[in-house]
Amino acid sequence: MAKAILVDTTKCTACRACQVACKQWNQLPATVTGFGGTYENPPDFRGSYTRVLFSESVKDGEVRWNFAKTQCMHCTDAACAMVCPTGAIRKSEFGTTVIDAAKCIGCNYCIANCTFGVIYFDRALNRARKCDMCYDRMSNGKTPACAKACLTGCLQFGERSEILAKAQAAVAAAKNRGLAGAQVYGQTEVGGLGWIYVLKDAPAAYRLPAAPEPPVTARFWQALFQPARIVAGLAILFGLWSNRKHSADLAPAPEGTATGAGRAISAGK
Amino acid sequence: MKLSRRSFLKLSGMTVTAAALTGLGFEVRQAAAAPLRTANAQETTTICPYCGVGCGIVCHSVNGKVVNCEGDPDHPINLGSLCSKGSALYQLTSSNERRLSKVKYRAPGSDRWEEKTWDWAITEIAKRIQRTRDDSFVTTDASGVTVNRAEALACMGGAALDNEECYAYSKFARALGVVWLDHQARI
Amino acid sequence: MTNHWVDLRNTDCALILGANAAENHPMSFKWLLRARETRGAKIISVDPRFTRTSAVSDLYAPLRPGTDIAFVGGMINYALENRLYHEEYVREYTNASYIISSAYSYEDGLFSGYDAAKRAYDKNQWAYEMDAAGIPRRDKTLSNPRCVFQLLKKHFARYDAETVSSITGCPKDKFLAVASAFGTTGAVDKAGTILYAMGTTQHTVGTQNVRAFAVLQLLLGNIGRPGGGIQAMRGESNVQGSTDAALLFHLLPGYLKVPASDMPDLATYLDKTTPKTADPDSVNYWKNTPKFTVSLLKAWFGEAATAENEFGYQWLPKVHAGRNHSHIAIFEAMYEGQIKGLILMGQNPAVGGPNANKERKALARLDWMVAVDIFETDTSVFWKGPGVDPKTIQTEVFLLPAAASTEKEGSVSNSARWMQWRYVAAPPPGEAKPDLDIIDMLYKKVKGLYAGSTDPKDQGLLSLTWDYGSHPDPHRVAKEMNGYDLVTGKLLVNFTKLMDDGATSCGNWVYSGCYTGDGNMSARRDASDPSGLGITPKWAWAWPVNRRTVYNRCSADPKGQPWDPERAPFRWDAATGAWVSFDVPDFVATVPPEKSAASPFIMRVEGVGCLFSRELNEGPFPEHYEPWETPVANGMSSQNINPAVKFWGEADNAKGDKAQYPLIGTTYRVTEHWQAGSMTRNCPWLAEAMPEMFVELSPQLAQQKGISSGETVKVVGARGEVLAKACVTSRFAPFNVEGQTCHVIGLPWHFGYNGYVTGGPDKKRSYAANQLTAHIGDANTTIPEYKVFLCDLRKVT
Repeated sequence: MAKAILVDTTKCTACRACQVACKQWNQLPATVTGFGGTYENPPDFRGSYTRVLFSESVKDGEVRWNFAKTQCMHCTDAACAMVCPTGAIRKSEFGTTVIDAAKCIGCNYCIANCTFGVIYFDRALNRARKCDMCYDRMSNGKTPACAKACLTGCLQFGERSEILAKAQAAVAAAKNRGLAGAQVYGQTEVGGLGWIYVLKDAPAAYRLPAAPEPPVTARFWQALFQPARIVAGLAILFGLWSNRKHSADLAPAPEGTATGAGRAISAGK
Repeated sequence: MKLSRRSFLKLSGMTVTAAALTGLGFEVRQAAAAPLRTANAQETTTICPYCGVGCGIVCHSVNGKVVNCEGDPDHPINLGSLCSKGSALYQLTSSNERRLSKVKYRAPGSDRWEEKTWDWAITEIAKRIQRTRDDSFVTTDASGVTVNRAEALACMGGAALDNEECYAYSKFARALGVVWLDHQARI
Repeated sequence: MTNHWVDLRNTDCALILGANAAENHPMSFKWLLRARETRGAKIISVDPRFTRTSAVSDLYAPLRPGTDIAFVGGMINYALENRLYHEEYVREYTNASYIISSAYSYEDGLFSGYDAAKRAYDKNQWAYEMDAAGIPRRDKTLSNPRCVFQLLKKHFARYDAETVSSITGCPKDKFLAVASAFGTTGAVDKAGTILYAMGTTQHTVGTQNVRAFAVLQLLLGNIGRPGGGIQAMRGESNVQGSTDAALLFHLLPGYLKVPASDMPDLATYLDKTTPKTADPDSVNYWKNTPKFTVSLLKAWFGEAATAENEFGYQWLPKVHAGRNHSHIAIFEAMYEGQIKGLILMGQNPAVGGPNANKERKALARLDWMVAVDIFETDTSVFWKGPGVDPKTIQTEVFLLPAAASTEKEGSVSNSARWMQWRYVAAPPPGEAKPDLDIIDMLYKKVKGLYAGSTDPKDQGLLSLTWDYGSHPDPHRVAKEMNGYDLVTGKLLVNFTKLMDDGATSCGNWVYSGCYTGDGNMSARRDASDPSGLGITPKWAWAWPVNRRTVYNRCSADPKGQPWDPERAPFRWDAATGAWVSFDVPDFVATVPPEKSAASPFIMRVEGVGCLFSRELNEGPFPEHYEPWETPVANGMSSQNINPAVKFWGEADNAKGDKAQYPLIGTTYRVTEHWQAGSMTRNCPWLAEAMPEMFVELSPQLAQQKGISSGETVKVVGARGEVLAKACVTSRFAPFNVEGQTCHVIGLPWHFGYNGYVTGGPDKKRSYAANQLTAHIGDANTTIPEYKVFLCDLRKVT
């Protein structure tokens, strides 16, 4: 029943259909941006569930311009779910990581601990937000909005085993065409990602983290909290108080209502 | 070391009692089909108004407002996919506050628009078409050839107009005697 | 397009030159990548800079803007020298064998017949040698030194790889890689396709750029084949339809010529516009021009159009013979105060027009302007634009709110000539109305003002048919375009039923067949593909007569056997004496294949494809000339600029020189925005992805100027300047041209001064790239040379 999405970057033209289709389906407002030196926009995940990274380099005298859609990776070892004090973050029946808005208290722990730095805090709604791989569409038998919009077939939605097979085939085809560095990314990383990438080159050539791992803090809190279920009720109340105090210590949010950490997937060129 | 300074601060600010409530194990979430915001919407098909590929789009409308636009899976060219522009079609609909919805007029020397009615505007424009046409009309040229040209009247646009609109516009312009006729196809 | 979008999946090699298909026609890549995946097709990107198209292509070669003829000429030469051309196709389906009159010659940049004072050629010098019957003489061995094939070889022998590299700035090995990869499609069973757009057309030699493709594709035997052809990728959702409807000064709907002052009566008009041939093998389908013309007149003037009054011919305006009324000419006339009133339906020249500053000034000289739009465009507020004091502008402006595409019913025609019907999803906001309604209201009001007039000049207007209903019904308009049998009152099945005696009406003969007794063909939604070639004949309707790939006789040999049995839309079955067809034949299918093989290009008077053309203003063969503004002299000849190009007024149109403006500038588009930006710059999700005006430059130029990415810089030219954020990128590299280094910089042209985003923070500035371009255009079409101009780039202190 586990679903996954293939991201075959050998086919991505960075048309941004995925970026916009995500905004459209989720009715997320646009953020205000400026030209930062590359085509990449928005520059981080504040206010967005997904963004396409543009990574340019010159290798052996040839220009390489690599495009990678990034978003919540739906990690098997989801750090966000490990640290969520209210259990708002769970793995769905599709293997995707979903935040239950009703249970989110906006504590920002998930944002601080996200392996890929893709969650943002929506100030107006006081909750953490991220890609949920269109849980509503999936549970109605539909394809996630981005995968549906993708016009080259770079993004393909399906059963994880099927997607892995497609990824391997795509890597083989890429190597056949002379892309010696072609590789799969996401098969085993962080226990296995919900997004299986076909890269033309090493992850660093896409500004993707080479060996992503949930932060130590996440595992610490997971180990700590699991036996402590029994004090659940009191902990919520105390947590709410602590959160209010704690949030005040966070750096002020820039323009707009969203805040969030952009850690592992770096902004810029 | 994955711990950033910011994370460390959070760690030290946290209390033991901000404990997880229920399992940090990955329990499977209830499988209740989440409602689709396009459920019960009326579906209509259209063609993207942007480039010349002509991708098919399905619009979902509720109570006279478009709520969603996605690729038409049955269309043989795009098979349900779109580019970023087509994916943003929703923002061209009436939900966009910047859409023009009133007739406007700018008087000579003025720095602002005034709102007008259709009746007023059509009447005033028609008078100007007549005046400009009559003032500049050349019936025969120097060689005596009947040329019927409205030489001070120009018609331009529009490559995003429907075929039927382009046809009617072309017909009307020529019937007026317009020779200054051109649009995006030229440029 | 000769073929269509899905057909791209059938190609063996796609050459994308003069276009950035992945960015501006993104869906093309669905099918190109399918071709790569299933057939191992190669995708080639040739562009002044490495684009998103180049990023997914197999081969990239840089090209100095404005040197396409040198590059393609080099490919033509390469194919000829290495015998890669498809010999039987060339011999049988082109005019390669035609003998050219001794009057024709070429020398140092000029063809015979040139009048330097008029900047024009006497095209009679480029004639075929005729036999006694008036049929062109031929040498099917292709060895006669005066045959087209030999003259072609001689002309393009000058485009050797070294010369091409020197002129284009493309390294020789990269040029040769492209020439040889694409040259492989000359094999009998291979098919290559060329995709082009504004990079090809927006030059003073734009038309000849396209001609060069035609020559190359005819040589390689790629026209009329699945996976072959030449794909003009049109930029707007209905620019194909608007072209067909002739919102153009030089045409009437259906590509009929506009009447001119040297055609005082209908008989002369028909005589001058109907091509004639003595060659019995040539179908010469334009010989039916009288049927198309009279049927159009009947559609427009109904019963008032009779044989006695030349079917109302005199009511149409006649342009002064040879006069140019194109976009540039309109704004020049407007600037001179000659044009008093302008109706502007969904166009934004303050951003999209060449020499945008001059065009904004021109608008201010109008007495009145009507703009019909869905958003407030930059043009509609020209009277309070940057640098303008509204008190000094006397122009009255009417801004009429229009319905968007999802708010009205009607059809649009895509690049592949598919007419597709679309429906109302929701009503327009407030008082906005469909453009058809607006045109209808204006027509009826104007007609009312002239009611009862006996003045001859008003009779055409008063006699015009306008049977669309009290509230205009687009279906009725579409039916008028389709045409009627006026005797029976029935809708015509297609244009083969048109008559020249007034018995039929047809608003646009190429659309005849779109709305018949069987219904609205453009609304069909059956996507079945019986051939497996991606031909979906029951999805919508394509002109002409639902033919999906034109020139398709060329997909099979003279005996009717497909060049490639695996991609065979047609095959002659000798047993049944009939064709097995998966598309509508673009040839006479009721005669033996050898006979139809003699006229595979039925719209050409010759009946065959033209390697040598007698029609274009600057010569029968494409020849490289430098752009109007250029830093180098022409390396091919001493004619620097296209000898037939027209120069426009110098007022506010100064020509820049390389001393002041040493950089070559070019303009282009990005996926996230569209044309002059009045729609996409008002869509926040798109503005988020591409918020601001930028200029791309190479790291070498950036270092020279001390510029870093993200910094605001000023691009200056002889006609204006624009601020932009710097985007320093290796995707631009300096060009080595004729021994000198030429730097090229590039600007997207979507930004302006009005909208949700304008392109920059300063409300008092226009961020339109077209402040740099000029009033100078192609020698045949007058399409502006947007793609090359001189400029400089300065830090903003």
